[in-house]
Amino acid sequence: MSDMPTNPAETSPLRLKTGLAEMLKGGVIMDVTTAEQAKIAEKAGAVAVMALERVPAQIRAEGGVARMASPKKIKEIMVAVSIPVMAKCRIGHFAEAQVLQALGVDFIDESEVLTPADEMHHINKHAFASPFVCGARNLGEALRRIAEGASMIRTKGEAGTGDVVHAVRHVRQIAKDIRALTVLHEDELYTAAKELGAPYELVRLVADTGRLPVPNFAAGGIATPADAALVRHLGAEAVFVGSGIFMMDSQNFADPGEAQSRAEAIVQATTHYDNPQILAEISESCLGAIRGLAASTLEEGALLQTRGW
Amino acid sequence: MPITGLAEIPLKIGVVALQGDYAAHAEALRSSDTEIVSVRETAELVDLDGLVIPGGESTALLKLLTRENMFEAVREFAAAKPVFGTCAGCIILAKEVLPPPQQSLAVLDIIIQRNAYGRQIESRVAMGDCAFSGGGLEMVFIRAPRIVRAGSRVEILARYGGFPTLVRQGNILAATFHPELSADRRIHRFFCAMIRGGQPCLSPGVQMGNLGRRHNETHER
Repeated sequence: MSDMPTNPAETSPLRLKTGLAEMLKGGVIMDVTTAEQAKIAEKAGAVAVMALERVPAQIRAEGGVARMASPKKIKEIMVAVSIPVMAKCRIGHFAEAQVLQALGVDFIDESEVLTPADEMHHINKHAFASPFVCGARNLGEALRRIAEGASMIRTKGEAGTGDVVHAVRHVRQIAKDIRALTVLHEDELYTAAKELGAPYELVRLVADTGRLPVPNFAAGGIATPADAALVRHLGAEAVFVGSGIFMMDSQNFADPGEAQSRAEAIVQATTHYDNPQILAEISESCLGAIRGLAASTLEEGALLQTRGW
Repeated sequence: MPITGLAEIPLKIGVVALQGDYAAHAEALRSSDTEIVSVRETAELVDLDGLVIPGGESTALLKLLTRENMFEAVREFAAAKPVFGTCAGCIILAKEVLPPPQQSLAVLDIIIQRNAYGRQIESRVAMGDCAFSGGGLEMVFIRAPRIVRAGSRVEILARYGGFPTLVRQGNILAATFHPELSADRRIHRFFCAMIRGGQPCLSPGVQMGNLGRRHNETHER
């Protein structure tokens, strides 16, 4: 070893976790509930799939306790595709996360879409070798999750609605919070950290670099190619699409051909987001969109985004 | 031999920016004598001196390369000018992809196995041997592929675990790991030197074919 360049060992696990998130940039991660859907997603150019028992629109419509998907289902999906497979665990449910890690899923989403298991604590994600993604509505929430070990942040939006308004609100809020930090005097960063409820070191890092220290993706209500382009313009580095590809409405699946056309169109739109000419062609080839649910009509108690602390 | 008088003209290097860690490559290549261009359309390949195909998901990249016949355009580019592919980029350059078989540009005489080390939990940072001066090379492997066979015209510039990890065939350079995610810039500098027509910074006396699995390999998990 003596003639080898030394390399700070502590950086490598985080680098591997954020490294996989780097590979997903510019791509689309799609929610799937069957191996067949996973294959459609892969064929359409998805960079990863999220293996679920029910998509958020179904969870919203059917109610009940939403938990980690069954290992059998996750394994079926892992066998069906060669791209990374993600899966969700409940907020604070580190035992579910341990199961997902043991199954070998490539990314764990500690998600507000499932029913929270802990009202106070998120998972200590540093304790895992698997990388985690977490939702956030503002910079303070994003930095708290990063402090706990998240290696990717996504906006929460309002999952299962097909209404992009809250994803836009959250992506704009995080960008605005970051810009606000970059103009503060060094002396003011201590109070900023207190107000954000986030560790000073991370606040300082964001103030210095003008960006989150991990990739920043968008999720929650993205349903059309233009929705994907919009959040990319606003700074999201990649896009999660949940119910918008495979659902016709909150109860019924779309025709597979239609789902495939949407999947392909959203993949192309995420790449070519700043070329309106290409977006117009893509949008024309895209068949239908989830009927959706206007997020402004939801009562406070029905919102998923307020879960998490 | 590089013509020293040209050293001041910036190299125009394209980075395929359809999907993946193209921003990390752009950052790694950025210097006073390079101009970096994000390539998302066929027309953007014109007048580039070299091209990088980054890491990402090879299936997604292939799908995105089908628009405007970009796949064919990149193959034509690779026939004439230097191209550097990492991880997914290396898979796309390979002659043959396993398993399952997948379309590729077939401009580099290697057989490559996707996800050969397993899932993300098997990803690692390793130190391996390389043909560059300055000692061992850090290699960031993320759901990495493995070169299981390299043709006789393929030079092996680095190895890990007994398998080639950095190879060159004429104007094509490819790594199964992610040099863009390490601080060591020797490989990106080597690619720039390839574009300029020289081949500096290989250590004298290193027989690349003899780089063995027993030398100085460590890895972190």
